[in-house]
This record gives sequence, structure tokens and C-alpha cells, in this order.
Amino acid sequence: MNAHQTLPADEAVPAYNYAYLDEQTKRMIRRALLKAVAVPGYQVPFGSREMPLARGWGTGGIQVTAAIIGPADTLKVIDQGADDTTNAVSIRRFFEKTAQARTTEATEAATIIQTRHRIPEAPLTAGQIMVYQVPQPEPLRKLEPREAETRKMHAWAEYGLMQVKLYENIARFGEVTTTYDYPVMINGRYIMAPSPIPKFDNPKMHMSPALQLFGAGREKRIYALPPHTSVRSLDFEDHPFRIQSWKEPCALCAATDSYLDEVVIDDQGSRMFVCSDSHHCETRRAEGHRGTMLGDATANGLVDPSSSTVIPGDRRETRDPFRNPAGQGSGMDPGSPLRSARDDDAKVETGADS
Amino acid sequence: MTTETLIGPGFSDPVFQSQGAFRALLAALAEPGTRHVLPGAIIPPEGLQAATATALLTLADYETPIWLPPTLRDGAAGAWLRFHCGAALVSDPAQAAFAVIDGTAPEPALAAFDAGSDQFPDRSTTLIVQCAALKGGEAVTLTGPGIATTRVIAPSGLRPGFWAEVAANNEAYPLGIDLLLSHADAVLGLPRSTRIVEFA
Amino acid sequence: MYVAVKGGEAAILATHDLVAQARRGDAAVPEISVAQIREQQGLSCARVMNEGSLYDADLAALALKQAQGDVIEAAFLMRAYRTTLPRFGSSEPVDTARMAIRRRVSATYKDLPGGQVLGPTYDYTHRLFDFALMDNEGVMVGLDPTISGREGATAAGDARVKPEHDVASLDAHMPRVPDILGAEGLMEPEVPPEGDPRPFDLTREPVSFPADRDVRLQAMARGDEGFLLGLGYSVQRGFGGNHPFVGEIRVGEVSVEFIPEELGFAVDLGEITLTECQMVNQFAGSKDVAPQFTRGYGLSFGHSERKAMSMSLVDRALKCREFGEAAEYPAQQDEFVLYHSDNVEAAGFVEHLKLPHYVDFQGELELIRRIRHEREQRLAGENEALPEAAE
Repeated sequence: MNAHQTLPADEAVPAYNYAYLDEQTKRMIRRALLKAVAVPGYQVPFGSREMPLARGWGTGGIQVTAAIIGPADTLKVIDQGADDTTNAVSIRRFFEKTAQARTTEATEAATIIQTRHRIPEAPLTAGQIMVYQVPQPEPLRKLEPREAETRKMHAWAEYGLMQVKLYENIARFGEVTTTYDYPVMINGRYIMAPSPIPKFDNPKMHMSPALQLFGAGREKRIYALPPHTSVRSLDFEDHPFRIQSWKEPCALCAATDSYLDEVVIDDQGSRMFVCSDSHHCETRRAEGHRGTMLGDATANGLVDPSSSTVIPGDRRETRDPFRNPAGQGSGMDPGSPLRSARDDDAKVETGADS
Repeated sequence: MTTETLIGPGFSDPVFQSQGAFRALLAALAEPGTRHVLPGAIIPPEGLQAATATALLTLADYETPIWLPPTLRDGAAGAWLRFHCGAALVSDPAQAAFAVIDGTAPEPALAAFDAGSDQFPDRSTTLIVQCAALKGGEAVTLTGPGIATTRVIAPSGLRPGFWAEVAANNEAYPLGIDLLLSHADAVLGLPRSTRIVEFA
Repeated sequence: MYVAVKGGEAAILATHDLVAQARRGDAAVPEISVAQIREQQGLSCARVMNEGSLYDADLAALALKQAQGDVIEAAFLMRAYRTTLPRFGSSEPVDTARMAIRRRVSATYKDLPGGQVLGPTYDYTHRLFDFALMDNEGVMVGLDPTISGREGATAAGDARVKPEHDVASLDAHMPRVPDILGAEGLMEPEVPPEGDPRPFDLTREPVSFPADRDVRLQAMARGDEGFLLGLGYSVQRGFGGNHPFVGEIRVGEVSVEFIPEELGFAVDLGEITLTECQMVNQFAGSKDVAPQFTRGYGLSFGHSERKAMSMSLVDRALKCREFGEAAEYPAQQDEFVLYHSDNVEAAGFVEHLKLPHYVDFQGELELIRRIRHEREQRLAGENEALPEAAE
């Protein structure tokens, strides 16, 4: 018996399956996800597929999202904290196209949030799923390049090498110099790479009410954190873990507790600091918070004035130039014909297995 | 005599029924002890609870050997799984990726299934325990990942000594099998990471 | 102004248009057809089929056209398409001993059963531009004497040259060179693993290490030609203990057969062109086994000798574990070779550095400024504390 997959009998099947992946692949990924959830922080090898997006550009996260997403989901995709960065747009379009996904920029409205390099500032809630894109799932890889060796270290919880490396940092610079992808200990057992989020975001992982899934496509690993799982950033008693802080608040929304990006605004070295989480910043501005440079930024076209008029809690849909050609307004309202068309046609278009 | 006349149908809409069922299974193992209904509305073959059949239809295929109690394996359930999942049915519990037992059956012991290896703890059996009900039994207190503090469950129709076996399974962590207790159309997850704080 | 506040969606759309324009080039020049690429750029197509892991010359040509001739981008297109194809099953193993030979050369024997068949090769061309090919229609028809050696073949006495007009009457029997050596017991036997299981498929299952030979060969067959060439070369130069001879290279067509479950007998699916290289390497032996030559094996789609040769060099180097040799050099380390030979993965990860990383970079900026600030303060403090000693 060497047939590995049966063909759908239905000839009306669309060119690509719902959410791109074939059902056998989804089953394989789903099995890996369940084992990942059962052993938090352990990297489950999986048969990562070739994807139509490049390796290193989120193929792990995309495969995880494709294996979990369904018609009841609302998807948010961010890169560097922003919904509008090019790769976030590209991935969101991929799911709109292949899974007719309902998308949003509102953190609280999303059931699945696929991210690269950030955790949103708004607290995650029970029932939400975070999907992290992971370039290098192995936290020990920079210390030991051989997979055969790092696998043994995890098997026997031999993490002395990591302690030595962190301590060498302290000896040389007075502190641990890892600022992103800062290693964490999961449930007291496995050291895990949190993906290249700034260490600022590490505390958000600890005992989060959301389910957190991690996909590394090129490296072919999946791992997970169930809700309410202990996530401890590695540190030493005399050098406790600490996160980044800024001297000034966000120049646009005056937030003092969010991760800030530095934006160079002229060639004289002038700069402003703004929230990396674009939705968080917009929501705060809509609530009336004003940073010192909001007026200038709006005048200079750095900030879309319309985005400052978002009503708090507004579950507006992502802007999508493919469905709403430029000039027809920025939002796809929940009652638009396109969306109802999707609901009506979902079964017809995607009813067949493959 | 064709297979169609003997074997009942599986999913009518495999893409979305399996997606829905998977999300329920994911939630069940991510939040141990909480009850989750597996949507799918299939008619299971004799000997399998609806949730058991739905879970296997969602997760099993030619890559995942299944262990069933011999009476099920040689009956309608075995034929149904072979046909719909293309799965091999194995007689050695330690070879199984998925397995089904009756909660009251005295064996096989949980330790008879594959607990994975220290380098690949994911390569372990997922065991579905069919029980009389997911409530009404003795109270058991759980803690661990997926549980904010503690959670109390009381499934009924489990053999004597079952909870001691579950506790022993957890002690081998990160090795161990992962359990799904099933009744009717619902499941409750008990991954190996869950600790049994208290049982009678 | 480069400020990533909003506008990503519009920018992406614009790039698609710009790519389409760049691909077409000057509209006054006729558009190239897929058939032209398939027929006239066959070696490129072969490389795309190899690295894209899909034998389909039309799709390879389309991929090259769509990718403006970028081979890695074309291989990527092939793979992204391939991954969506349903699997009917596995073919029967192809038998290269029954290949319809187009080219077959051995460096280990002057002549051998079946003879040397030079076939189409650039080996003895002088790399001088043939300006007749420049914008002149029709010159591709007919054979260039510097390529075929047909006219004025100075190597008439060389057994390695079989004039083209003899092609029709090639010997039916062309034993593979390692089989000849094997009959004498001089060649390491090639025995399938117990039970002869279906080979591993690394496009469906995750690889674990150490990797078995089926995994290594599959990885190399779809690996980057340039990377394998460099590794193979490193082996020759001493970063590896091989002393290779080309036992044989053969290029030609083999038929692919498949046994459908419902029929139970083999059905011929058609022919594919393959290049096979069997590299003979210096012997290994032990107390129990008399010294024998060891082999390195390379197999690739289409006419792609450089690829097959490089693969066979690295294959032999990777067999060091089986022969109890130390794995000191990159070409001998399976993790190194397998993880880094995949050019689609490598290109993706190298090029992802173009993606915004400003959140991570901000962390680094914050850190370096703080460390420098703390250092300045510390130095200032030291200077104040020891004003005399400093002098």
C-alpha cells in the first residue's frame, strides 16, 4: 500500500483547498499542535510544507493559522506590532483569498492573532489564539549549532550552557545583552525561544489567558503555551530580568506603558517615539489621548487623520484595497455585500474535501 | 455486499466539520478538565461514542496506527475507521498513535501505551477513554498548564485505580500519554502536563 | 519619506505592476514563449525541475518566464505548486541500467561494454562566443562542429568519441560501471535497508539526525547546484578524504512505471530524462572485509551533469559515518549539508532580512545607549575619585 492521499471525487473542487493546505497536511499539523499543547515549550517536529510565501517570511505561522482557522474566526495579522506593515498585509491577503477570512485590526475583536515580533499591548483574553511566526525555534542554537546535541540538552534538561552564556554577558557588559528573543523557561521544564519579540513583551506571555502557538516553517517545528502557563524569563538573583523603558511617552498618544519605535524624522537626527502597536495607538488617540507631536504628525501626513477618529471598541474591518478600490473609503463595513456573499457561498465554494 | 451497506457515513463536510472538531479538541487539551462539544453530528459506529468517532475522523489517517479493544477492532468500529481514516489497526497498545478504551475495562493499563522518548516526547499515544458521563463521579482536583489555579472534575464510569494511573502518567512528564475522556458528543482533556492534586 | 505608518497595501499592489513591467522589458522586442524556453533553455529548465523537485518541463519553462530567468525564484514557484498536488502513490524504482542512452562516459576505463558515447556536451567546446547566434534566426538548426565533434573530429581514434550518426545503433546492453566492478567484488555492495522500505520523503515528514542515506540523497537531489558544487570541490581540495574517479556518467531516458492499487500491475507513465553519476572512491576495508572501492551516487532530472557529479562527491563524503571515518569537514556533516543546501529555504531566510526589524532593532538601540551611558558615568566617577592617581 503506497498511496498516500486520495483524490476528491468531486470534480467541482476549487483549485486550492480551504486555507490552502490539503486536509492531510492539516491533520498532520493539528496532531503536532495537540502534542505541543500537551508538552508546553517542547518543539514538536512537523512536516512543514512548501508554501507560496518565502521561508523566513512567516511560513510556520501561516501553516499553523491555516490548520486552525475556520469560518467563525476573525483574523488579525501584525508585523512589528502594526497591521499595515507590508508582510502583515501580504499574509492577511493570503487568508482573505484562500479562506475568505474575516479580518480585523482590533485586538479585542480577533479570535486569531498572527504576529511577527510583537504581542499586542491590549491584554489578550480567554478564547483568543496567538500565532507566532518563528525564525529560529531553538533557543540553544546559537550556543550549539547541532540539532542532534540540542535535542539531547532538552531531553535531559541540561541547560548549563545557557546559564554560562547569560553570565558571560553580565560579566562583560554588566547585564544580559539579549534584547529580543529573550529565552524563557516554560512550566519549569523547557527553555523556549519566545520568537524575536522584544523582551518587553515576555511578561505578557506569563499566565496569559490566551492560547499561544508557535510555528517555525523553515526549521519545521511547532510549539505551544496553553493558557495560564508559567513563563519565566531567565535571570539571576543578583541580576533580575528587566524590560525596556523609555524616558518619554508616545509622541502621538502619550502612552507611557507601551513599546515605542524610534522614527527618524529628518536628516538632522531628530526623532520621535511612537507606539509600535498601531492599533493600540489609534485607539488611545480616539479616546482623546494626545501626544506632544500628534498635531505636527497629522499636519505632515504621518498619521492618517481618519485613524484618529476610531470609536473605542469599534470592530471595524481591515481596509482592503482588493475589495474596496482606492477612493471608496477605507473601511469594509460589516454589512458589505462582499461579506454576505462569502457567508452565503462558503459551502458551495469550499464544501468539498481534498 | 459492499462497504457502503455495512459502513455508515463519516463527515458530510470534512473541511469544516474537522476544523470545528479540531478546535474543540485543541481547547480541551489547552484547558484541561473543561468540557467541549465536538460539532460534527455524525452517527458513530457501534461501540464508539460520537465524540470518539469525530475525534478520530478529525485526527487519524494512514500515518497514525489506532489501537481498539479487540471486540471493537473486529467489529463495525474497526471497519469504519479503516474505511474513513485509512488507518492501520494495531494489536500492540505500544504501537498506537491513537487508542480507545472503555473507562471501566480493567486493561490495558495506561502504562501499556507509548509514552514517547526523552528526545521525542511528542511521539506518544493519545488515548480516548470512553466513560459513562463527564460528571457525577468522584471529584478530582487538577492543576497545571491551562488551569489558572485548580479545576475540579468528576467524570464517572472509570475503573478503580484510574486516577492513580493518571497521576503516575504525569510523574513521568515530559513523557506520558495524553488523555481525552469522551461521552456522547463531548470530551474533556487530560494532557500529561496536568497534575492530579486530590482524588479519593 | 520612509515612515512605515500606513500605506503598505498600496505599496504591495504597486510592486506587482512594476514586476510585470520589468518582466516584459521593451515591448518592441517580441515576447518569449514558454515553448521557446522549454526547447532552447533546456539546461535551465532541468535545474529548475531539480531544485523545484518536480519533473515538468513546461512548468519549469513557465516558472523561468514568470521569474525573469531567476532560477531560485523559479524553483520556488515549482515547489509551491508541487506541495498542493495530490499524491497518487509512489512509482516503481526506475532502472537506469535500462536507460535509453544519449550520453555515457567513464573515466575509469578506456573502453567498456556499450562503449563511450560522447553525446551532447560542452566539454570539448572552446568557450568562444558564437556570434552567429546573435539575433540570427536559423543558426540553431544543425550542429555546431565545435560541439558535436561530427565534422573534422580530430579525436577519431579516441574511443570516447562515438560519432553522432552512430547513435541509432548503440549497444542495447550498457552495464553500469559499478556493476562491472561489483561482479569482481571490488565495489562496495549497495544493499537496501531491511525490508526495502519506501524512501523517506522530507517534503512530507520532518528530518531527524543523523539522517539516513535516502534522506541525504533526496535533500541533495533538490539541493542548490552551486552549494553542492562548492562542497564537492572542497572534498577534492582536501576538506574531506575522497579520492574520486568518475566511474560513469550516463544521460538518457528511462520509463516510469506505477502500479495502481486497483489494477495490481505496472502501468507505463512515460519517460523522463535523467543524469546519473557513479563516482568510484578509494577503498575502505576492515579485518573482516577485504578492501573495496566505495561509491558516491548522484541522480538528477534532465541533463545536469555538474549537479549529479557534485551530488555524488558529497554523497560519498556523507557516508563517512558508515565507514567509520571522522566527520571533520563540512561536506561530511549531514546536518550542515542538509540544512544549508536547500536554496529556497536559504533564499527565504537570507532575504527575510529585508523585512522590517525595527522593533528588535529598537531593543538593541535602547541597550547600547544605556550601556554607553552607564560606562561614561562609571568612567567619570573613576576620574573624580582618583584625580591624582590619573596623573
